[in-house]
Amino acid sequence: MSTILIIEQLLNGLQFGVMLFLMAAGLTLIFGVMGLINLAHGSLYMIGAFCAAAAAGLTGSFALGLVAALAGAAIAGVLVELIVIRRLYDKDHLDQVLATFALILIFSEGTRWIFGSFPLFLDIPAALSGPVALPGGIQYPAYRLALIVAGLIVAAGLFLLISRTRIGIQIRAGENDREMIAALGVDIDRLYTFVFALGAALAGLAGALVGAIQSVQVGMGEPVLILAFVVIVIGGIGSVKGALIGAVLVGLTDTLGKIFLPQLFALFMDPAAANQTGASLASMSIYVLMALVLIWRPTGLFGARA
Amino acid sequence: MTRRLTREGLLNLAVLAGLVILPLWALWADEPFTITLATRAVVLALAAVGLNIALGIGGLVSLGHAVFFGIGGYAMGILAHHAQTYTSVMEWPFVIEGTKNMPIIWLVATVVSAFAAFLIGLLSLRTSGVYFIMITLAFGQMFFYFAISWSEYGGEDGLSIYVRNSFPGLNTLVPIQFYGLCLAILLAALALYSALMRSPFGLALNAARQVPERVRAVGLDPFRLRLVAFVISGAITGLAGALFADLNRFVSPTMFSWQLSGELIVFIIIGGVARLFGPVVGAALFVALEHWLGGLSDYWHIYLGALLLLIVLFGRGGLIGMFAGRGKIHD
Repeated sequence: MSTILIIEQLLNGLQFGVMLFLMAAGLTLIFGVMGLINLAHGSLYMIGAFCAAAAAGLTGSFALGLVAALAGAAIAGVLVELIVIRRLYDKDHLDQVLATFALILIFSEGTRWIFGSFPLFLDIPAALSGPVALPGGIQYPAYRLALIVAGLIVAAGLFLLISRTRIGIQIRAGENDREMIAALGVDIDRLYTFVFALGAALAGLAGALVGAIQSVQVGMGEPVLILAFVVIVIGGIGSVKGALIGAVLVGLTDTLGKIFLPQLFALFMDPAAANQTGASLASMSIYVLMALVLIWRPTGLFGARA
Repeated sequence: MTRRLTREGLLNLAVLAGLVILPLWALWADEPFTITLATRAVVLALAAVGLNIALGIGGLVSLGHAVFFGIGGYAMGILAHHAQTYTSVMEWPFVIEGTKNMPIIWLVATVVSAFAAFLIGLLSLRTSGVYFIMITLAFGQMFFYFAISWSEYGGEDGLSIYVRNSFPGLNTLVPIQFYGLCLAILLAALALYSALMRSPFGLALNAARQVPERVRAVGLDPFRLRLVAFVISGAITGLAGALFADLNRFVSPTMFSWQLSGELIVFIIIGGVARLFGPVVGAALFVALEHWLGGLSDYWHIYLGALLLLIVLFGRGGLIGMFAGRGKIHD
């Protein structure tokens, strides 16, 4: 097994992890600040991808597609927050799960209604379509490298926003004591809408970026949503740092497991059986990882002690 | 017995009467498809009655109950598959043959799902709140992906069973007879639920949901109460899975899907959490809507979603709550 293959797979895992972080960051912020479980976060991811594909298809520009994804998902986020989510903050988790499950049904079927059941395609911009040469003679797709860089830039921006700006202080204060910051004159309703829209925009961005390497279709959000939940549970719900570490951990486990577990089993089993066992274990590996983390630390790696 | 019938009691009687009369009417009117729909509703209701023990009495919001539904389904699928291909399930260390006999299949489905519920409960009941919701969801996904990659039993395509399994003394191929069987099991599960609610165990479990500290203070262990509830709950949902597989004569990984876990919760909420007949009303309404709205529009999930939102936002206590007022618990 060559070093080049390993480095390539590490990069693939990192790319997957960084995209998961974009999803997970919004989820974890929304839970941390508002205490809301948002199953419909995957729908915002889907909306971002569809806006990007539609805008890029009309204008031929990938950049405009990204803008459309950010704007579309953020607008959808604001609308949903104002109409539905706002009424769920003081309800219990069961009601939140159910109401946001209902939102998934509405968004998925609505999108199918508008765009039909066939997948749309979003092309990778021409400038990023080829491979780039990395040190060590590794050829790696430029677009995937761009995803890693873009994801890391967004992550850095998010950390700066939360640690250095006034709105970041309000967000952190909101996580700790929402009555107190309301008493200090912060418009808590506006803060909540802002946080929800921010999370939605991040999910939409992830949807558009990933949509270019996969197909854009109804139901694309739910598998990612569940992975993002695994990420925030591993990282500790409410912790953005935990979400980043959890996302990279999940991305690497999933990608490396799919490649290396079958090979590992091939060392002491016959190839067909090894492939079978390896593949089934690989697809379960992140859930096993999550179960192990929760058994070790029931509130995740960086979660507050319950 | 001079207990006065409450409005909820009357409503329950009406639902029960409907469960008996509607299929008999369908039999008389020669509409076998209506009987199949009713069977589907009854089997899904059974699965949700199982979940209601954990969710309603115990307050354990499990978003992974499809695990047990799927295990029950695969127990039926695997046993019947080996029976119809005349092979044995395993030959070492001892021989297990396939079977087409329903009581044996049910026993296997119940025991295996109870065992799975015990293991999953042991791990996930250490957590609570959102973490519990998420870890049960993760276990569901684990089984889902395992079933997809289990190519020996059909992988993603699932398993078809050509002839419905048999029950001694009945012809299960006749829709109304199979319906009667499923209804009898549902009624037995409802009787169990009602007995549990009133038993010391049920009262303690209910108390552990409301104030775990006090339960601990009188010397009971909330963890153990919840674990027992989770096992009973998983076993009933597993039995429902075996029946569901027999109804469709087909099992596939979708029985493990998280949407199904979500739908089971939906049944309970539509009907009313911790109401005896809540899951039955919810499942019946869901199947009726699925059939009726599904016939009107390909996009019927939109209307279902809107209806669910309205129930969550405005209808506390589900349909039974709207008709019968607040219940004794969950207010």
